Amino acid sequence: MSPSDRRRTYAELTEGTAADIAGQLAERRQRLERRLAGVRHTLAVLSGKGGVGKSLIAANLAACLADQGASVGVLDADLNGPSMPRLLGVERSSLRVEGDGIAPAVGAAAVKVMSMDLWLEGPDSPVRWRGTESGSFLWRGTLEANALREFLSDTAWGDLDYLILDLPPGTDRIAPVHDLLPGLGGALAVTIPSELSRFVVSKSLTMVKELGIPIVGYVENMSGYLCPDCGRIGPLFSTEAAPFEGVPRLAAVPFDPRFGAEGDAGRPDVLGRPDAPAARAVRDLARAVRQFYENGS
Amino acid sequence: MKFLCVDCDAQMKSVESAAPGDGTMAITFRCPNCDRQVAMLTNPMETRMVDSLCVDLSDSAAEAQPFESVRSHLETRHPDPSGPDPVWSDEAEKRLGRVPGFVRGTVRKLYMEWARERGLSEITLTVMDEARAQLGIEEM
Repeated sequence: MSPSDRRRTYAELTEGTAADIAGQLAERRQRLERRLAGVRHTLAVLSGKGGVGKSLIAANLAACLADQGASVGVLDADLNGPSMPRLLGVERSSLRVEGDGIAPAVGAAAVKVMSMDLWLEGPDSPVRWRGTESGSFLWRGTLEANALREFLSDTAWGDLDYLILDLPPGTDRIAPVHDLLPGLGGALAVTIPSELSRFVVSKSLTMVKELGIPIVGYVENMSGYLCPDCGRIGPLFSTEAAPFEGVPRLAAVPFDPRFGAEGDAGRPDVLGRPDAPAARAVRDLARAVRQFYENGS
Repeated sequence: MKFLCVDCDAQMKSVESAAPGDGTMAITFRCPNCDRQVAMLTNPMETRMVDSLCVDLSDSAAEAQPFESVRSHLETRHPDPSGPDPVWSDEAEKRLGRVPGFVRGTVRKLYMEWARERGLSEITLTVMDEARAQLGIEEM
């Protein structure tokens, strides 16, 4: 018998290795499950397309839900372009250890926030991983996936009614989130009334459907321009984008320069000017989200 | 990854690891039956790939600390929530650089915790020697 005839395969080598890798991975998953045991609902806010105001909508939605009495956390999953600390007024907050995790920053309306921005040295610091840039395309994705896992499992979220995940642009970004959170409760898409945005966001929605994630609906942001002088809402885009088939439009948020400016200043406008058209639209959105999770529709 | 001694049909055991400090790594495996040895050599890119998995390949993996991979891999970060880290002297950092990348994080943590417990603000070669003797992490 030649050596190759009796050679065992990997699976047949039962001696194991000194380091229990499978055990470490299982412990990670259990840690994540333990951490999120007190979270009632999870919601991913996504678009696929950049520049549609997704984070601004997510921050205002979080603040609105919290203002209405819910306990809300926001996980800024945009690791390389984090904006949630700024939008929710906790920029440059210090992190502290809390039990076996790190306490999130607490922003407007007591929304809990965890973001890569809170880990960076200064306001102009980009995310830079240790080690040579040579070949970084090979390992950067793995490090980012691990960071996202730690944001979920190592943040001391406590009990939450809603954990909102603000995803970065990219139609595939929902996949790693789904991998970490197979029971992800819903996805909310943000778009603007342009064919280009519709073109990209529809790809994200296809991905969401294929993963079996419930679709809460979509928000049409920049849905008309709010004139600061006369208060009338006029068209901002020359064409109207077709709706997404089978996906409900939950709100139409007009473009209001103050809505964005207040966000930039860390004051969600939905709290500061509750009667403004954009704030009313966000409240419509919050109502629809609550209804989706409470009534399943 | 496992190594099989084809002649003996026995799984080889790792017996030695070394990192010369240039990002490469060498791990020696020995057959428990015939004592044949082979060395696995990795280039810096391969070493970094394994390191990015953030799994602990050492014999006695310590329990992961919160945000361990962010804390250990992020270059420009905010002051650590656990308090100020002891500073590493150049010589100590250089010696740590010789530890294989995939266990370096654990070893770094062991030294840091040992220094913190003693209120030390700097990790020098002398501190490392004392910690090694007490922690039983010779050759690291």
